[in-house]
Amino acid sequence: MLDVIDVILTKYNYIIYMSLMTLGLYGMIGKSNLIKKLIGMSVFQYSIFLFYISIADVEGGIAPILVEREVTYTNPLPHVLILTAIVVAVSTLAVGLSLVIRIYREFGSVDENKILMRLKDD
Amino acid sequence: MRETGRGIILRTNAKFMVPFILLWGLYVLTHGTSGPGGGFQAGVVLAAGFILYAVVFGLEDTQKIFPFKVVLVIASLGVSIYAWIGVFAIVCGGNFLEYGKIPLAHEAAESSKLGIEMVEIGIGLTVMAIMLSIFYTFVQRGD
Amino acid sequence: MIEELSNHLPILLIVSGLIGAFLTPLIGLIRRELCSFWASFITLIQFSISIFLFYQAVQVGRISYWLGGWEPPWGIEYAIDILNGFVLVVVSTICLSVAIYGRKSLLKEVPGKEIQLYTLYILLCTGMLGIIITGDVFNLYVFLEISSLAAYALVAVGDRNSLVASFNYMIMGTVSACFILLGIGYLYLMTGTLNMADLSRLLPPLYDRPAILIGLALLIVGLSIKTALFPLHTWLPDAYTHSPSAISALLSGTFTKVGIYVLMRFIFSIFGLEYFLRNTDIFTFLGWVASAGIIFGAIMAIAQDDFKRMLAYSSISQIGYIALGISLANNFALAGSLLHIFGHSLMKTGLFMVAGAVIYSKGIKRVSQLEGMGNVMPFTMGAFLIGALSMIGIPPTIGFVSKYLILLGAVENGEWVFAAVILFSSLLTAAYFWRVFEKVYFGENKKEEKAGKEAPLSMLLPTIILAILSLVGGFLAPMFIRVFELWIGGVILGGV
Repeated sequence: MLDVIDVILTKYNYIIYMSLMTLGLYGMIGKSNLIKKLIGMSVFQYSIFLFYISIADVEGGIAPILVEREVTYTNPLPHVLILTAIVVAVSTLAVGLSLVIRIYREFGSVDENKILMRLKDD
Repeated sequence: MRETGRGIILRTNAKFMVPFILLWGLYVLTHGTSGPGGGFQAGVVLAAGFILYAVVFGLEDTQKIFPFKVVLVIASLGVSIYAWIGVFAIVCGGNFLEYGKIPLAHEAAESSKLGIEMVEIGIGLTVMAIMLSIFYTFVQRGD
Repeated sequence: MIEELSNHLPILLIVSGLIGAFLTPLIGLIRRELCSFWASFITLIQFSISIFLFYQAVQVGRISYWLGGWEPPWGIEYAIDILNGFVLVVVSTICLSVAIYGRKSLLKEVPGKEIQLYTLYILLCTGMLGIIITGDVFNLYVFLEISSLAAYALVAVGDRNSLVASFNYMIMGTVSACFILLGIGYLYLMTGTLNMADLSRLLPPLYDRPAILIGLALLIVGLSIKTALFPLHTWLPDAYTHSPSAISALLSGTFTKVGIYVLMRFIFSIFGLEYFLRNTDIFTFLGWVASAGIIFGAIMAIAQDDFKRMLAYSSISQIGYIALGISLANNFALAGSLLHIFGHSLMKTGLFMVAGAVIYSKGIKRVSQLEGMGNVMPFTMGAFLIGALSMIGIPPTIGFVSKYLILLGAVENGEWVFAAVILFSSLLTAAYFWRVFEKVYFGENKKEEKAGKEAPLSMLLPTIILAILSLVGGFLAPMFIRVFELWIGGVILGGV
């Protein structure tokens, strides 16, 4: 029992990112509204960014900006990587939203079931 | 009745804020080499300024400043700045994007800083233009 | 100066694409029609650079380019060895031929969108070449996303259904990219490096750590979605069926192959074969999944009436062959897999081009309407015949050599079930292509159409060249295999 509590207290960042990821996956699979699917997708992506940022942390470290006195810095590389990944996530979201807009104009709905029914009618 | 919907408080505030947002964007753009900031953030801040303007004063007015075609040209131009500076480093005898070899200043570190700043300007322009173009695409109704 | 420039070719390959892609809108402002020529020009440059790099890689062994002059474990490195030099040539060949083919085809299927289409087209090609050439795993992720985003948008310009297909593709693709990112994160967490050569040096002492296994599992699942390996293939049939023909030709020939290449890179270069000899379950699982995919794809292809959909399911089946070759991991099977990457790119792109040509000149999308096409479009259908025979694996085509090598690999490992799967699926492949042959050559043409209503030359020529290449490729196979052996020898001997 103590082991479990120990794991929860020391590795809580993994638990949080895993929960967020599962939440996002549920959003993508369980919701029929396309916009909600996109929200799920974003949550899924950001959970991984959280993972990267949390592994970059060094105890007592400060943001990696050059200062005069001697300090510990957090690892800047994951931050830079995630900056790039955020841009990618934004672009994906933009592509997704523009697709949804076109789907809405074409099918008159953003509900997956209705769209599939209209596709079957063709 | 939408015209009166955009209240006078909103318009006055926006008029007041937009220049400062743009100025802040430029600050972030030029301090990317020595502090937190850089092209991505600056581009988004600059775009936010124009988007605020568009939200308050209408799309037509904003598109007088930045028509859609100009936005596309700026986006292309930004990436081209980035790519050509990289290629210029090759011409100067370094590897791609090896800023130190570009003869901008006496010291390699100094020209490296200037090189990065120029690349950041390119990135900033592209990010701003792309953000604006995404906004335009979503806001325009019909086709 | 030329000598000087040739040292910088790895980066010029990518930069030419980036500059080319972002100059396309400017060129489009002058004249819209120029965009397609511009795309062909850029892909031609990339093709020539790729050929040169491959030649150099065979001569020297490994080319390394440091971006910004930073030394590898710290900076981004572009590394070309025989494996990715070869894939570079394959991908850039397909990119060039589809760019030439697409001028007329895209103009007819998606009129008035040249600027956006060709910007995305060049970006997609550049992204794929970037994935192949880079020696840095995070850079690989970024290029993967560049090309994926371009691919989603290109799929979406097809008919009405393509929007939904593209949306599903985007959701699946994003999940896969996230898994890849997470896998890279675990590797970085354990080793503290992102450079491929550095990773392969640092990973062996960590072989028994579970975090490495999680990283590998995430990478394999993510890449399996990108390559449309059997149970994770669901995005592929819709995306290929409803996108414009030129785009399906490009995606089928290149994008899945790039995914397979990344899988090979992670398995053989970064993790090393020894890891998989310790955990044999991974290869066994991959082998069974691949076999299931081979059979499933072939059976589904038999059931389809839509020409492009049939080819799409056939792709799933053929990707299974390559994955099966990887899972067997011996001399023969790996050479067979590499050759099949080449062969399948040529054949499948050629076949999709045929489908596009039929849509272009007749507007026919279904197999059952192809009756008597052998007389109406003799050259196009001739190319189809060669491509399909190669797909079935009739000697002396390239498809025969690669399948034979994978079969030899299965026999050498004593995996008789896999050998049986390969033989049986050849029969199934013959079955679904025979349906088409029957319609094309023995079907009655009710409308009595005149012969010789061919697609335009700019579409016909790439189709025929690809078909001839897949025929000649069979004769040239020994030469290719000698080159592959240089790489395979290093992998298998270096691993064990």
